[in-house]
Amino acid sequence: MIEVKDLRKSFDGVEVLKGITTTFETGKVNLVIGQSGSGKTVFLKSLLNVYEPTSGHILFDGRDIVGMSRQEKEALRAEIGTVFQGSALFDSMTVQDNIMFPLDMFTNLTFTEKKKRVKEVIGRVHLENAEKKFPSEISGGMQKRVAIARAIVNNPRYLFCDEPNSGLDPFTANIIDDLIAEITEEYNTTTIINSHDMNSVMTIGEKIVYLRKGIKEWEGTKDILITSDNKYLIDFVYSSEIFKELREYLIKINKTSIDNIITTVENETDQENI
Amino acid sequence: MLKLLSAIGQYFLLLGKVIQKPQKRQVFFKLLMREINDLGVNSFGLTLFTSIFVGAVIAIQMYNNFRNSSIPIPAPFIGYATKVVLILEFAPTIISVILAGKVGSYITSSIGTMRVTEQIDALDIMGVNSANFLILPKILASVIFNPLLIAISMVFGIWGGHLAGIATGNWSRADYISGIQMYMPPFYIWYAFLKTAVFAFLIATIPAFFGYKVSGGSLEVGRASTQAVVWTIVAIIIANLVLTQMFLS
Repeated sequence: MIEVKDLRKSFDGVEVLKGITTTFETGKVNLVIGQSGSGKTVFLKSLLNVYEPTSGHILFDGRDIVGMSRQEKEALRAEIGTVFQGSALFDSMTVQDNIMFPLDMFTNLTFTEKKKRVKEVIGRVHLENAEKKFPSEISGGMQKRVAIARAIVNNPRYLFCDEPNSGLDPFTANIIDDLIAEITEEYNTTTIINSHDMNSVMTIGEKIVYLRKGIKEWEGTKDILITSDNKYLIDFVYSSEIFKELREYLIKINKTSIDNIITTVENETDQENI
Repeated sequence: MLKLLSAIGQYFLLLGKVIQKPQKRQVFFKLLMREINDLGVNSFGLTLFTSIFVGAVIAIQMYNNFRNSSIPIPAPFIGYATKVVLILEFAPTIISVILAGKVGSYITSSIGTMRVTEQIDALDIMGVNSANFLILPKILASVIFNPLLIAISMVFGIWGGHLAGIATGNWSRADYISGIQMYMPPFYIWYAFLKTAVFAFLIATIPAFFGYKVSGGSLEVGRASTQAVVWTIVAIIIANLVLTQMFLS
């Protein structure tokens, strides 16, 4: 579990995060959403201590990263897997070397053991036959999968993903979303995803934190999101007229939970087929 | 001025992060070998080419100056003067300036690109000391391999002078060889290698600093590369003056 307490971050006197308090639970996919410039990336990087918070506390299962010594931070970071927006794969290394890197740095496994583990995660993210390729030789979707494989190869307790779907087509984005959700369940990680992909919000967001101008404007689950009366949240999530109308219709017919909606659509399709 | 002082402070703070025990010896050794290849072995051709031609030019200029001198200067002094100029100044300083351009821009752009594509953030978040991981192998590769390049430059520069003599027929092979065998204090060689080691350190660390601190995109990486080369050359020239004053005055 990650607990964030009154997190503030300023750059040159400009406050970007204005006292955020929230909790991210273990084994759940937690989504941080918000418009561009809302402070999502700063928030994620502050959690990871890439940016030192101006004030506040971030507790990783009770261990406060703020004020930790460098050695303690390095030890904690070995428990964290991160998927960056641009994948951040090492250009000079092959896919296999990229995935093996955390094992090289933080374990004393033999080469055979490392190779076996790499093969396992490559299979897990369905990247067979790409081991010997360089990042520049594979597609954006494959790069994201390599980044996920590298993030999970060391069995992390915490998984951070910064806009994992950016630049991907909707089909590949769904595959990546499903993969992250499955991995969260399998590895029992505390997963935090920065996203502005509404499909991710509706399908894998077990907890959603909505940031606006550096403030936590709303938090809840995907099931209560549809009935929220927060104007900013609704304007953001249902940004197009057609989605707003769909939302109003679903509220009107009292089908507000995601499971309800999916069941309704499936039933209607079945009836049509009959 | 304040900006410059702040940058110098940041440079030394970065060095503090860099000069530490590597986290994983095996990985470090692999990186060191790669850097020796990228920074050193790949500069071999340029060093060879430049040294032969500049050696030839120095020998021709010595010949012209000696010929026009009011005091007659024996022909073997062409070889001697070429050797001393190459060992004391050309090989360590000019080759280092050339390497600052070639290697310096490579270091800044490779580290800078890693910075703007979040690869350095990825290292930091994994718990890797990114400064130590990326920069220390470059420093060691330069400090180990540049003296070898400079030694090669000295030898091939002198040979270039010899070739110029053969091509122009202005001085004989025997005169040139007896000139290069004339006594020169052995300290000159040590001094040249000491200078080279200092310059190698500057060539690795200043461009690495500019690359590590870059923010923005590819345009900023390009700008940082240019700035890094300029400041490395400035630092080499200032260090050259200081070292000459310290050891040869």
